[in-house]
Amino acid sequence: MKSKVIVATTINDDDVEFLCEPRQSLLEVLRDVLGLTGAKEGCNNGNCGACNVLLDGVLVNSCLVLGVEVEGRTIETVEGLAAGGQLHPLQQKFLEHAALQCGICTPGFLLAAKSLLTHNPDPTEGEVRHWLAGNLCRCTGYDKIVRAVLDAADAG
Amino acid sequence: MQPFRYIRAQNAEHAATLLQQQNGRARILAGGTDLIVALRERRIEADLVIDIKGIPEVDDVTFDAHDGLRIGAAAPCYRIYRHADVVRHYPGIIDAASLIGGVQIQGRASLGGNLCNASPAADSIPALIVHSAICDIALPQTRRRVPVEEFCVAPGKTVLGRGEFLASLHLPPPPPGFGAAYLRFIPRNEMDIAVVGVGASVQLDADRRHIVAARIALGAVAPTPLFVPEAGAALLGAVADEAAFVRAAEIAQAAARPITDMRGTAEFRRHLVGVLTRRALAQAVERARK
Ligand SMILES: Cc1cc2nc3c(=O)[nH]c(=O)nc-3n(C[C@H](O)[C@H](O)[C@H](O)COP(=O)(O)OP(=O)(O)OC[C@H]3O[C@@H](n4cnc5c(N)ncnc54)[C@H](O)[C@@H]3O)c2cc1C
Ligand code: FES
Ligand code: FES
Repeated sequence: MKSKVIVATTINDDDVEFLCEPRQSLLEVLRDVLGLTGAKEGCNNGNCGACNVLLDGVLVNSCLVLGVEVEGRTIETVEGLAAGGQLHPLQQKFLEHAALQCGICTPGFLLAAKSLLTHNPDPTEGEVRHWLAGNLCRCTGYDKIVRAVLDAADAG
Repeated sequence: MQPFRYIRAQNAEHAATLLQQQNGRARILAGGTDLIVALRERRIEADLVIDIKGIPEVDDVTFDAHDGLRIGAAAPCYRIYRHADVVRHYPGIIDAASLIGGVQIQGRASLGGNLCNASPAADSIPALIVHSAICDIALPQTRRRVPVEEFCVAPGKTVLGRGEFLASLHLPPPPPGFGAAYLRFIPRNEMDIAVVGVGASVQLDADRRHIVAARIALGAVAPTPLFVPEAGAALLGAVADEAAFVRAAEIAQAAARPITDMRGTAEFRRHLVGVLTRRALAQAVERARK
């Protein structure tokens, strides 16, 4: 029953193979098997967005995906955002606007914001707030996060 | 989480056969937004999890002007509300699919999962009822079809028997002059469970003045989502105006059997049924006139 399964996937443009139990979530696999600790565990039940990753380009909560489900799929985590030593524009704007304090929620917000700007490069403030409603932050009060995303959209 | 095996089913027969062989110890996995939480909290125990997303008819959303819309039971919300034909012809479905959870839930959550989870407050069910959806249920050797309003039988319980799962939802093509809407009341703006949900659909005559058919369905005011045919019947032949909406809303209020819980009192819920039924009808009529 406990037998592990081999899963082949692509994470941040790298081909990756891992062994996992069917009951392990993608979040557990990323953090505990692969050492990619960017995705965070907040609630472990779909309510906080700290574990957000892009699965074939679609924003999902990795705590609500089984590791075995990602065979042959493409995953992007916060570790894949910066390229060639350069922060992603959203990361840069989060720094400039002080859109983080403890930082636990930040990876999830960055990926949610990235998927928003892919679908809607010029969102209104209301659209940003609505899109980010599945991400919780206990520190910033959200305003700085919303400003950072709007500014990144303007810059993009 | 308790250990289990995982199988990605090849086709509907494969999934149904596996279900049957497991004597109730297997669960279907669609988007996992209810199931994975329930397995983790040990509210559900399973020896086998059967992933149905690899079965094309269970994962696709297809539209044909003649046959209508087929929504694969496991198709995630985001693919439904970005589908141009659904946007054009099935506005109540768009309303419901775009308010289940937040975007990251919509990336995975399916209408089939919402229906099979059978919560009295499930947002898609009143919308599916007013769009006259039929459930296409797969068994190892055959199929059977059940109108969506008969699918849920108690909180968390459906008509599905051993070896049966939901393959797809079939919605007829909308007739001319058709409009629909789904509205819910929640204390915040998003990411919450409906205190009350109301779906309404209307079909107007050629001059778009009189109602020739109407359906109303309620969520979170009974042990299952509630179809209220008498509220729709009261609108037949009526001019589609506020007075007619008020009459139908009173019938819907009388049909509701709300309880008091942490989300609201029975009295408040009954009040909401009236308000939301009038608003959902007004919006359905407005859409029918476009
Ligand atoms: C943060 C959060 C917010 C949410 N917000 C809402 C909301 O606003 N409104 C709302 O209505 N719900 C909400 N939900 C609940 C949930 O997301 C929905 O019910 C969703 O539609 C379930 O679909 P799924 O594909 O994820 O189902 P799954 O979790 O895969 O399955 C749900 C159940 O149905 C069974 N099942 C699934 N598909 C089939 C099938 N084809 N045949 C037979 N059995 C099947 C599974 O075994 C399981 O028991 C929320 C959940 C979370 C975690
Ligand atoms: S840890 Fe996944 S949503 Fe909170
Ligand atoms: S910065 Fe601490 S939770 Fe958001």
